[in-house]
Amino acid sequence: MTMEFVLIGLAGVLASAAPILFGVIGETVSERAGVTNLSMNGKILLCAMGGFAVALATKSILLGFLAGAVIGGLVALLLAFASITLRQSQVAVGFVLTLLCRDLSYFLGNPIMGETGPRLSTLPIPLLKDLPGIGVLLFRLDPMTYLSFVLVLAAWIFIFRTRPGLMLRGIGERPAAAYVRGANVNRLRYLYTVAGGAIAGLAGPIYSLSMKAGWKGTISGLDGIGWIVLAITIFGGWNPFRAALGAYLFSLLQWLGLVLQPALPGVPSQVLQVAPFPLMILTLLFVNIGNAEWVERSLSRLPEPVRRRIVKALRALNATPPAALGTPFEKD
Amino acid sequence: MGKARASNAFLQVGAIVVAILLTTLVLLAAKAPPLAAYANIVLGAVGSWDVAANVLVSWVPLLLATAGLLITFTAGLWNIGIEGQITLGAIFTTWMLRGLQTSGIDPSLIIPLSIVAGMAGGALWALLAGALKTFGGVNEIFGGLGLNFVASALNLWLIFGPWKRPGVASMSGTVPFAPSLWLPTISAQSRLSPAALLLALCAIVVVYMLLQGTHFGLRLKAVGKNPNAAYLLGVPTWQHMMTSFALCGIFAGLAGAVQVTSVYHRLIPSISSGYGYLGLMVAMLAGFRAALVAPVALFFAALNVGSIQLPIVLRQDSSLAGVLQGTLVLFVLLAQGLRQRLAGRG
Repeated sequence: MTMEFVLIGLAGVLASAAPILFGVIGETVSERAGVTNLSMNGKILLCAMGGFAVALATKSILLGFLAGAVIGGLVALLLAFASITLRQSQVAVGFVLTLLCRDLSYFLGNPIMGETGPRLSTLPIPLLKDLPGIGVLLFRLDPMTYLSFVLVLAAWIFIFRTRPGLMLRGIGERPAAAYVRGANVNRLRYLYTVAGGAIAGLAGPIYSLSMKAGWKGTISGLDGIGWIVLAITIFGGWNPFRAALGAYLFSLLQWLGLVLQPALPGVPSQVLQVAPFPLMILTLLFVNIGNAEWVERSLSRLPEPVRRRIVKALRALNATPPAALGTPFEKD
Repeated sequence: MGKARASNAFLQVGAIVVAILLTTLVLLAAKAPPLAAYANIVLGAVGSWDVAANVLVSWVPLLLATAGLLITFTAGLWNIGIEGQITLGAIFTTWMLRGLQTSGIDPSLIIPLSIVAGMAGGALWALLAGALKTFGGVNEIFGGLGLNFVASALNLWLIFGPWKRPGVASMSGTVPFAPSLWLPTISAQSRLSPAALLLALCAIVVVYMLLQGTHFGLRLKAVGKNPNAAYLLGVPTWQHMMTSFALCGIFAGLAGAVQVTSVYHRLIPSISSGYGYLGLMVAMLAGFRAALVAPVALFFAALNVGSIQLPIVLRQDSSLAGVLQGTLVLFVLLAQGLRQRLAGRG
């Protein structure tokens, strides 16, 4: 393995994490406001199909991406209406939407299956692209990958360093307190659910207009990514930086799976492709186990220095969801 | 009272009408003739004895999965991991059949043994999701989803690895079992097994009685409504959650076992065929009422089987069935919310 090969591979990891980042940041924004949007898996498929269809018809990549964001926003609006206004279970509505969006994308995408459409090209940045090493790694990517870096940073600044961000955290943690301080909780939840849906919706066209250009129906290989996105959101502890770490780890594992394939002839490719999933369960276990009551109880029997060290390690991994996640808000 | 009931019925019917209208719009958007498409689905589901029997074939696993899901739903759990539980049921059944097929034991004993093995496999996988939930604090939705992917990886590994066909492994699955190891069907060509049908009907009756008529069902309801209150009132919460997972897994495993012993007669890559996810939809559309599950599941099975011909006859994708099912459930949920909102105001 040459240095060049590794750098190109890692640049690919950055690019393949981009759609996951858009999905994770979108979901993080929505969940920070207290709304779980479980429709991710189907939504990515529908936005991929819709974005490709629009780009194919209009010959405009920009409109294709716009279509992805609009579809994502509309699906989120439907969820917001059902869960905030009609007070139905977010999980139930989200699950129905995920299956519905998936089947809609397969049905409506049938006529454009296999067509060749426009494709986003890479945008090497003059001068910087020729830097030794990091030129290949960081500056010969496509625009959406650059945008994904900006998105993570912007989301972190917004959530943790601005007043509206403080309010966003407030309506997800203690909506009653936020309400007393003058926030229109339900209207803000609508806003952030739709905004989160639109951001996540961009993940679709990143696949269909860039990474896996085109629409190939059931064999697109996109079914399942949305679930990974939701898991990484939890792993990320609703923090954009930690979420980004999760997304890059996941993409890195997938790339390693591909690279290591020839070295492990006994392992069928289908198994390596799903290898990240058990790891995902394990990480979720580590992230959550600190919240379990029995852990605390059994730790209390250990000698104090050992206990303190374990508690510290668990707390570093631990992630606690926004306190009001999934619960509707009532004024009285 | 009468007025409220009339407006409820109105909303329910309204939801169904809106769902059909929207699906019609989707058909028009795809430039498909809606009436021809619907006629094709109806004919594809009840046009002949053969297709009607196929509807029952797909009714069986759907009914079994939904019966199991009613138990976890009652305990307030979203057992999305049911797909993996069906897969593990199929894997364990295949494992037992492979182990015993040359043993000389009478097939009439091997079949029930392998079905029981399948039930154990499903229960095991469900308990894993349950343990992650109760002891690891991992939400059952994500634990279950992860386990679904692991189950399908395990399945693929077996089909392409240790259990591959002599010569070349393929997506068509493992070597079919000898006909003596198949669950008897109504005719040589049909895949409809009276025994499987009977098992599925028994399952839904058992679940109905368990939830409506037993102390256990009542306590499970308490856990589902408010786990903390139930715990304070002396209902051991985590034991009830684990039991409901195990019971659901048993029914899911049975569904997988039926797919192997009476439908495919071998292990195939997508052995769970999405029946678990569809079962979640059936349970929601039936409002989690056991009495309504059988007819709703039959309707969904008919839609699925009826749409198989769509690609051939009308060049449309068969996912139309899923579109119609999804819009139906969505609008029934919306109508339910609307009703509660109106009732709250009045």
